Amino acid sequence: MTAPLVEIREVSKRFTKRLDVAGKIAQRLGANVREETVHAVDQVSLAIQPGEVLGLVGESGCGKSTLGRVVAGIHAASDGHLFYQGKDVATLKGAEKRAATLAIQMIFQDPFASLNPRMRVEEIIGEAPRMHGIVSKAEQSDYVDDVMRKVGLDPSLKRRYAHQFSGGQRQRIGIARALAVKPKFLVCDEAIAALDVSIQAQVINLFMDLREELGLTYLFISHDLSVVEHIADRVAIMYLGRIVESATTEEIFSDPRHPYTKALLAEAPRLDQRRRAFEPIEGEIPSPLDPPPGCTFHPRCPAATADCRKTVPVLKAGRGGRETACLLEHLETA
Amino acid sequence: MTKVLEVSGLKTHFFTHAGVVKAVDGVDFSVSKGKVMGLVGESGSGKSITGFSILGLIDPPGRIVEGSIRFNGEEIANAPEDILKRLRGNRISMIFQDPMMTLNPVLRVDTQMIEAILAHEKISRQVAWERSRDALGLVGIPSPEERLQAYPHQLSGGMRQRVAIATAFLNKPDLIIADEPTTALDVTIQAQIIHEAQKLTRQTGTALIWITHDLAVVAGLADRISVMYAGRIVEQGDIDDVIDRPRHPYTVGLLGSVPTANRRGQRLFQIEGMTPNMLAMPRGCAFGPRCRARTEACAAPPPIADVDGRRLRCFNPQRNAEAVP
Repeated sequence: MTAPLVEIREVSKRFTKRLDVAGKIAQRLGANVREETVHAVDQVSLAIQPGEVLGLVGESGCGKSTLGRVVAGIHAASDGHLFYQGKDVATLKGAEKRAATLAIQMIFQDPFASLNPRMRVEEIIGEAPRMHGIVSKAEQSDYVDDVMRKVGLDPSLKRRYAHQFSGGQRQRIGIARALAVKPKFLVCDEAIAALDVSIQAQVINLFMDLREELGLTYLFISHDLSVVEHIADRVAIMYLGRIVESATTEEIFSDPRHPYTKALLAEAPRLDQRRRAFEPIEGEIPSPLDPPPGCTFHPRCPAATADCRKTVPVLKAGRGGRETACLLEHLETA
Repeated sequence: MTKVLEVSGLKTHFFTHAGVVKAVDGVDFSVSKGKVMGLVGESGSGKSITGFSILGLIDPPGRIVEGSIRFNGEEIANAPEDILKRLRGNRISMIFQDPMMTLNPVLRVDTQMIEAILAHEKISRQVAWERSRDALGLVGIPSPEERLQAYPHQLSGGMRQRVAIATAFLNKPDLIIADEPTTALDVTIQAQIIHEAQKLTRQTGTALIWITHDLAVVAGLADRISVMYAGRIVEQGDIDDVIDRPRHPYTVGLLGSVPTANRRGQRLFQIEGMTPNMLAMPRGCAFGPRCRARTEACAAPPPIADVDGRRLRCFNPQRNAEAVP
């Protein structure tokens, strides 16, 4: 096994809502206010091999976007380490640090909010490579043309502003901006969720073409199981800040182990199932401000035992060597 | 079978400064008692405007310029406001994508639900309250008495949508129009909402129009499907016929672009280009410029016709899904 391109070890990210002046006074006077901490990401470890596509799946509020932002270096982790090509990014300095930062780029969900409305497309795409000395000012124009062609945009449109493009084209601009600094690794955070079905297919194809052409590695974050099944080599399922199951795409989709994975798969609508009776699991994802004790999935889990209410399961190999964070899966091996 | 709703030749146009936008341009369909019709299309196809037209919710500069909407045999296209008021929320209800559009943020859930009943029926508040409580229970809301006292912002997105659905079913309507009701929700919550909607239509015999862009949801829920493109229905028929044996190149393309297990890792089939600008529609078939099966005949607008037990608007019906890519 080769060394992973990107690895995170026991990364946590907490957000704390600090008390403002009014809150502090109220607290002094004995009001029931306190600082609240959200554990958005809790002790997550992942390793992504060069050329691999890792799908990260979860529902809203599970922390998948926060994890993506930690990997992309947008948020600093509260705990834990991010490694690029085996080196801890936090300890890197100078040119090495810059190279590691540029190598990991992010593509965002909303192609409307993630592009500066006051910049022309040529600036949006060309600014970063020139600032980082990848191209000289003289070469910039040709370079932008090149990158635009790569993502299927007509270079003659580069003097336009972002609002003059459709949603699908805007997402291509976002992809071009990320590619312009020659990254090795892309974090795609719900990158196709805002697009129409026929446009989604175009952008998924673009991701797959780019992967082949440029040898890119992806962390592909999505709530859409069918898209992840299509594009990913490996899948990690996230629930309330933790990875609950991780396996190859084949294994996850043909033989899910964690009860939450099973529920997700059973409930995703499919084209080949007609007039089906939906039999959903009950309840909703709990508030991360006040997560349940023990396994955080136990209030919704059909198989939960008394032990699940007390013991926090860790992600480790269980039955058949499959990685889950489920006490029941671990029990059967013990 | 009794037809609850029959729409024929419906045209809803918007008269803007830039020109006339033919958002809905000749739509026909009907829905029978207790049946679910999926109305599928991409953004800008006119599927939501079709739904709004039925309820008479089109504001200027838009209006229904042509066509008929018969509800239980009664013509309601461009009907006077007092007739529509009697129907809305009573015989026809609507569920929106964003439940905050349905719910008033400054009123408690009980106030809103009771109001919806008392607007159409002369009963006591107590009876109306009890019916509201039972309705919340039916859509799977735990401890409905407490939830009735809550304000909408105190509920999660899934809970709010349940309240909206319970409110829509309060007066046991004959028809519910659901406009992307689960698009903003997570997979597990979506399954719960579809489950409740299915159960209620079966129990009450309410007809349901489910407007969505998600073919997989419609495949699992609907009895019939209408596929819209640029203001017109291009293919309409029984769900199994259309999903398993699509004939219109647009339907073939849409189904082909859904990632499924059997094509894993390969390029998806993609429809080239974008949906047309509604102010500058192509001559002839609106899908023509993006269609791989285009012939010279497509320079004229194709009429809708019966082909293979379905309604189809195409000169070159596809034989099987593999024929196009």
